[in-house]
Amino acid sequence: MIGGLFIYNHKGEVLISRVYRDDIGRNAVDAFRVNVIHARQQVRSPVTNIARTSFFHVKRSNIWLAAVTKQNVNAAMVFEFLYKMCDVMTAYFGKISEENIKNNFVLIYELLDEILDFGYPQNSETGALKTFITQQGIKGQHQTKEEQSQITSQVTGQIGWRREGIKYRRNELFLDVLESVNLLMSPQGQVLSAHVSGRVVMKSYLSGMPECKFGMNDKIVIDKQGKGGTTDEPGKSGKQSIAIDDCTFHQCVRLSKFDSERSISFIPPDGEYELMRYRTTKDIILPFRVIPLVREVGRTKLEVKVVIKSNFKPSLLAQKIEVRIPTPLNTSGVQVICMKGKAKYKASENAIVWKIKRMAGMKESQISAEIELLPTNDKKKWARPPISMKFQVPFAPSGLKVRYLKVFESKLNYSDHDVIKWVRYIGRSGIYETRC
Amino acid sequence: MTDSKYFTTTKKGEIFELKAELNSDKKEKKKEAVKKVIASMTVGKDVSALFPDVVNCMQTDNLELKKLVYLYLMNYAKSQPDMAIMAVNTFVKDCEDLNPLIRALAVRTMGCIRVDKITEYLCEPLRKCLKDEDPYVRKTAAVCVAKLHDINAQLVEDQGFLDTLKDLISDSNPMVVANAVAALSEIAESHPNSNLLDLNPQTINKLLTALNECTEWGQIFILDCLASYLPRDDRESQSICERVTPRLSHANSAVVLSAVKVLMKFMEMLPKDLDYYGTLLKKLAPPLVTLLSAEPELQYVALRNINLIVQKRPEILKHEMKVFFVKYNDPIYVKLEKLDIMIRLASQANIAQVLAELKEYATEVDVDFVRKAVRAIGRCAIKVEQSAERCVSTLLDLIQTKVNYVVQEAIVVIKDIFRKYPNKYESVIATLCENLDSLDEPEARAAMIWIVGEYAERIDNADELLESFLEGFHDESTQVQLQLLTAIVKLFLKKPTETQELVQQVLSLATQDSDNPDLRDRGYIYWRLLSTDPVAAKEVVLAEKPLISEETDLIEPTLLEELICHIGTLASVYHKPPSAFVEGSRGVQHKRLPPRAGSGESTESPDVGQSGPSEAPPAVIPSQGDLLGDLLNLDLAPPTATVPSVQPSMQMGAMDLLGGGLDSLLGGDIGGSPSMGAGLGAAPAAMPASLGSAPAVGGGLGDLFDLGGGVGMPTGSYVAPKTVWLLAMKAKGLEISGTFARRGGIIQMDLSLTNKAMSVMTDFAIQFNRNSFGLAPAGPLQVLTPLSPNQTIDVSLPLSTSGPVMKMEPLNNLQVAVKNNIDVFYFSCQYPLSLLFVEDGKMDRQVFLATWKDIPNDNEAQFQIKDIHLNSDVASNKLQGSNIFTIAKRTVEGQDMLYQSVKLTNGIWVLAEMRIQTGNPNYTLSIKCRAPEVCPFVYQCYELVLKN
Repeated sequence: MIGGLFIYNHKGEVLISRVYRDDIGRNAVDAFRVNVIHARQQVRSPVTNIARTSFFHVKRSNIWLAAVTKQNVNAAMVFEFLYKMCDVMTAYFGKISEENIKNNFVLIYELLDEILDFGYPQNSETGALKTFITQQGIKGQHQTKEEQSQITSQVTGQIGWRREGIKYRRNELFLDVLESVNLLMSPQGQVLSAHVSGRVVMKSYLSGMPECKFGMNDKIVIDKQGKGGTTDEPGKSGKQSIAIDDCTFHQCVRLSKFDSERSISFIPPDGEYELMRYRTTKDIILPFRVIPLVREVGRTKLEVKVVIKSNFKPSLLAQKIEVRIPTPLNTSGVQVICMKGKAKYKASENAIVWKIKRMAGMKESQISAEIELLPTNDKKKWARPPISMKFQVPFAPSGLKVRYLKVFESKLNYSDHDVIKWVRYIGRSGIYETRC
Repeated sequence: MTDSKYFTTTKKGEIFELKAELNSDKKEKKKEAVKKVIASMTVGKDVSALFPDVVNCMQTDNLELKKLVYLYLMNYAKSQPDMAIMAVNTFVKDCEDLNPLIRALAVRTMGCIRVDKITEYLCEPLRKCLKDEDPYVRKTAAVCVAKLHDINAQLVEDQGFLDTLKDLISDSNPMVVANAVAALSEIAESHPNSNLLDLNPQTINKLLTALNECTEWGQIFILDCLASYLPRDDRESQSICERVTPRLSHANSAVVLSAVKVLMKFMEMLPKDLDYYGTLLKKLAPPLVTLLSAEPELQYVALRNINLIVQKRPEILKHEMKVFFVKYNDPIYVKLEKLDIMIRLASQANIAQVLAELKEYATEVDVDFVRKAVRAIGRCAIKVEQSAERCVSTLLDLIQTKVNYVVQEAIVVIKDIFRKYPNKYESVIATLCENLDSLDEPEARAAMIWIVGEYAERIDNADELLESFLEGFHDESTQVQLQLLTAIVKLFLKKPTETQELVQQVLSLATQDSDNPDLRDRGYIYWRLLSTDPVAAKEVVLAEKPLISEETDLIEPTLLEELICHIGTLASVYHKPPSAFVEGSRGVQHKRLPPRAGSGESTESPDVGQSGPSEAPPAVIPSQGDLLGDLLNLDLAPPTATVPSVQPSMQMGAMDLLGGGLDSLLGGDIGGSPSMGAGLGAAPAAMPASLGSAPAVGGGLGDLFDLGGGVGMPTGSYVAPKTVWLLAMKAKGLEISGTFARRGGIIQMDLSLTNKAMSVMTDFAIQFNRNSFGLAPAGPLQVLTPLSPNQTIDVSLPLSTSGPVMKMEPLNNLQVAVKNNIDVFYFSCQYPLSLLFVEDGKMDRQVFLATWKDIPNDNEAQFQIKDIHLNSDVASNKLQGSNIFTIAKRTVEGQDMLYQSVKLTNGIWVLAEMRIQTGNPNYTLSIKCRAPEVCPFVYQCYELVLKN
C-alpha cells in the first residue's frame, strides 16, 4: 500500500511529508525531487521507479503531489486517491497553492491521518469528513454521545457521502447535462469519427435523506417499456431514445440495481457532485458543419473559402463560435472578408481566427481569405492541419433528455412536487475538426 | 490566522525558544509551539531534541493538539524509544475514552509507533478495540493488526489476533469487512503458504454482499482479494462474475480495473460456448474505453493494462481502434502507449485509418513519438500484407522530408519489409541509397548495409558503397562491423570477380585487427568457408531466410498470465512480475490464471481460432544474440523483438544446412588451405574433434559456439544426442526428447517437443521433482508459439542448482513434470554428471596431493575404460572440455599417469588418476572422493567424453 505521501512546491521544497510505512525513509523525499522535479528532461511517465521505490505523481498548478511505495500496490487506486486528496483539499480551502497549503498544513496532516491509514484509503467524502474535521479546531470535545456515534456511523456506514439531519427551507435541485461533442470530418463532409462525452452534474439542496430516481431517454429502458404493452406513442418514443455506449456513476448510485433493471436510484450527496458520465457514438446531432475549399493559385498564393452551417432548431442560439483556419508557415500576408463576426490573421499562431458571438439555427455564414506566400525552396508540402471549431449550444448533441428526477423522503413532510427542479443542457465543442 | 508563518522561522536558538514555549502555561502558546515543531519536522529539520517537551503536551483534552503531538510521536518515537514509554499511559487511557473518535485515534497512532516496549502495551487495548461496539473503532483496529504484524509477526500470531481479524469478515459493517480483508490480504502475502485468507463459498458470499455497500476504496480491497480466489467450478465462477460486473459502471477507475481483473481471471474457467461467456466479453469493452476519458495519469495506467488485455484477449477491443487515436493534447506518455495498442489492433479492416493517423503522427514534434510512429508504419506493413505497398510509399514520402531521425527510422523498418516481402519493393533502393551519408545511428547504418549486401546484384556501385563504410571500420559499432562483414561476403559471392580485394580487406580487418571475439569468429568462419568450399559458402551465406513474425514484443505467455492476475497494480504498469521490483518476500509468489475450462480437445481448437496472433503461421524473429541467426546474417531483427529461445521446426532446414555443411567442410582437410591467415592459430586442430563428435545439430551448434569463442582453447564439452524421454502414446500426443548440456558455465536442458496429436498444444510449463543436486529450472519454459500438429519445437531450458535437494536412486535421476493445456505428464531421465562439473575445478597440485592422501582408501574406486585410441594429450584436452582438469602428468615406464580433478556444483571434489599405456587401448581409472557414491557416475562421464 501507499508508504508515504509528499507535497512539494515548484522548487521541490517539501510542504507536507507524511510517512505511513517503515520501508520509506527520508531519502525518498529527496530522491523524487532530484529525479523528477529537478530532472532535466520532461517527465516521461507519471510512475517513476527510483532504486526499487515507486513514485506516483500528479501536478496541480505548480504543486506536486507524490505517493511513494515499495510494494506492488494497486496503481489505479493510488492515482484515484491522489485526485481525491486534491478534491478534499479544494473543498476545504479552495485552490491548491503553496500559500494555501502552508496556511492549512495542520489541517492537511489531520486529513491525511484520517483518510489514509497505514497506506489504505479510508472514507474520503468531504461531506462526512467535514462533520468532524473542521478548520476551526476539531469538534468533538463538546459533543454528546449520540452526536459522536452519529459521526462514526456515517463515516463507516453505507451512505458515507451524506450526513443526517440536513435541513433546507426550500428544497431545490439543479441538474446540468454537460456534453462535449467531438468530430473529425473529411474534406468531403464524411464523418470519420464522432462521439459525445457527457456528464450529468447535480446540485442538490434537499432536506433529510431523500431517495432519488433519475430517468433519461435511454434506449434500453424505452424499448423495454415499449414492449411492456403501454402503447402511448410508440413511434415517437422510439425515435427519441438514445443508445448509450457506456456510463459510469458516482458511488451513491446503486450499481447492482442499474445492472439488473437499468434504473438509476441513489441518495444524493449534499451540494454539487457529478452523478454520471456517459459516452455515445450513434445518431449524434452535429451542431455545425464546416465546408472548406482551398485552392492553390500558383506557388505563392492560396485562396481559402470556408462555409459554416448551423444545424439545429432556428429558435435556438449558439454562442462563442470560433473557427480556426490554419495557414502555411511561409505566409506573408492575408486578406479576409467575412459576412458575420470578426476575423483576424494571427501570425504567431499560424492561423486565421474567425469569431462569431451568436448564431441561430439553420443559418449559414462564410469567410473567404487570400493568403500570400513567400516563395521557399522547402520541398516539404504543407501538411494542411484541420480546421477546428469551438462553440456552445443550449441542447445536448447526443439527444439525451432528462425524463424525470423523482425525490422521495418518507420521514420528512415534503413530496416530490414540493421540490423545485431546474434542468439545463449545455453542449460544447470538444475536438471538432474538419480536414481541408 | 494563517499557519504559513511557522515555515519561516529559521533563526538561531530556535530550539531553545521552542522549548520554552512548549513548557508555557498558556494553552494557545503551547499549541503554537507544537505547530512550529511540526513545520520544522516537515521541512526536514531535526527537532528530536524537543521530545520530552512535546510528549508533555500530550495529556490534553484539546483534540487538535493531541493529534499534532501524536504526529510528532510517530516520527521520532523510534529514535527515542525510552522516552516514548512516557506516552504509553496516555494511549492506554485514550483507548478507554468515551469518544469513539479518540479511542480510534489512540489505537491508530499506537500501531504506528514502532517501539517494542510500546507494542507490548498495545495488545490489550487492541484486543478490546477489535470488539468495540463502534464500527469506526473496529475498522481502525483491523488495520492496526496489519501494522502490528509488520512490527512483530510472531506476537500477532501468539495473541490470536488473526482469528479475531478473520471473524471481522463477517462483521455487520461493510467498512470493517473491507479493512479486515485488506489487512488479511497483506498479512497473507508475507506468509505465502499459510491458509490465512481461507476463502470458501461462504466467505466469498459475505465479501460480495459487502461489495455493494462499502466505500469505493473498500470495494477495491474486496475485489483485489476476490481475484486471488479460485472458484470450484464454472458455475461458481459465473455467479461471481455476475455479481462483479455491476462494478464496471463505477466512477472510480480503480474499482473498474479491479473488477476487470476478477472477470479476466474467472472467465478463464468459463466454457467458451456458453452464452454468458460472449455476453461477458461484450460487457468488458465499453468500460475499458471509458477509462480513456479519465485524467492522463489514470489513462496511462489503463493503457498499460489494456496493452496486456489486448494480448490476452484480442477479441474484446478489436472494434475499438478509433478510441486509441492520439489527441494533440495528450501527454507524451499517453501518446506512446496508445500507439502501441494501435499497432496491436491493426488489421485489414482498419488499416487505412491507422495508416492515415500514423502519417500524421510522423510529422509531430516529439522525437521519440515520431520514431515510434515511423516504426509503427513498418510494423503495419509486415502485419497486414494488403497495406504493405501503401506503407512503403508512406515511408518514402517520409524519407523525402530529409528529417534526419525520420529517415533513419524509416530505413530500419524498410529493411524489415524487405525481409518479409522479398523481391517486391526493391525499386525503392535507389532512393534509400541517396540518404547514405545522413545516417549516423548504428542501427540505421547497419540496416542500410544489410540492404546493400542483400541486393548487391541490383546495385551497380554496391562495392563502392560498401567500401566507403570500410574506411572507418574500427570506429563503427559492433553491429555495423558485423553487418559490413557479412554484406561484403555476400557481395563477393554475388560478384566474385570485382570484389576479391574488398573481401580480403574486410576479412583481415575483422580477424586480425579486431578485439571483438564475435567479429573475429565470424571473420574466421567466413574465411574458411570461402577458402574451402565456395559452393557451401554460398549455400550458407545466401541461404533462404526464415520468415519474420508479424507480432513483435509480445509478452511471453507465462508472464502475461501472471500480469493479468495483477491488473491494475504496479506490476501491470511496469509489465514486470512483482518480484522484479518488490523487495523481500512480499509479492514474490507467482500468481497464475485458473486452469482453462473444459480441458478436452474439442473446446480448445475454437479458442485458438479466435485469438488473432496465434492464428499466424509459426514464424520467428531471430534475436541479436543468437549465433545461428548471426551466421545466417539474420541479426537485424526488428529491434523491439524479445529474445525467443524457440526455433520452430520450420527453420530446421536452415540449421541442418549449417550444421551439416560445416561438419563435412571442417572435418575434411583443414590446415591445407593456403589462404588461411596466420591468425587462425590453434583453432583448426581443435575443431575436428568437436565438430566430428557432434551428431545432433543442436550439439553441433553448441560446439560451433565454443569453437568460436576459444581460439587456442580446449574444445567444448560433449553433448549427448537427444533421446526420447516421453513417448507420444503415453502423453496424449506430446513427445519429448532431450539432452543436457553445459555451455559457458550454464546448465541447459535441450528439449524437443513434438506434437503428434491432432490439436494444437499451448501453455507449456515444466517442473522438477527434488533431486540429488538441486537441479531446477532457472526460468519458465519458453514456448512462445502454440505447437500445431506435427510440429516440433526446440527449447533450451536453463537450469540452476539452487533447487531443493533429495537423494535420488540412481543418483543422477531427474523426475520431470511437463504441463500443457491438455494434461500434466511425468517422466524421468538421467543426466550425465559432467553437467555439474564446474569451470573452476582445477585443484592446486599441493592440495591435490594432500587431499588424495587424506581420503581413505576405502573410498577409492577403480574402473577400466576400454577401446580408446587416443594419446594422453588428446585425451586430457578432451576431458578438459568437460571440466575434468589435468593437474599433472607423469610418465613412468611407458605409462602415462594423468592426475585429474573435478569439482561439482555442490562443492564436492573428485580426484582421479588415469593410467594410459602406449599401445594398450584400455585405460585404468582410479577415482577418489569423499562421497564415493558419485564415483561410478564420474566414470560414466569419462567414458562418454573419451568415446565421443
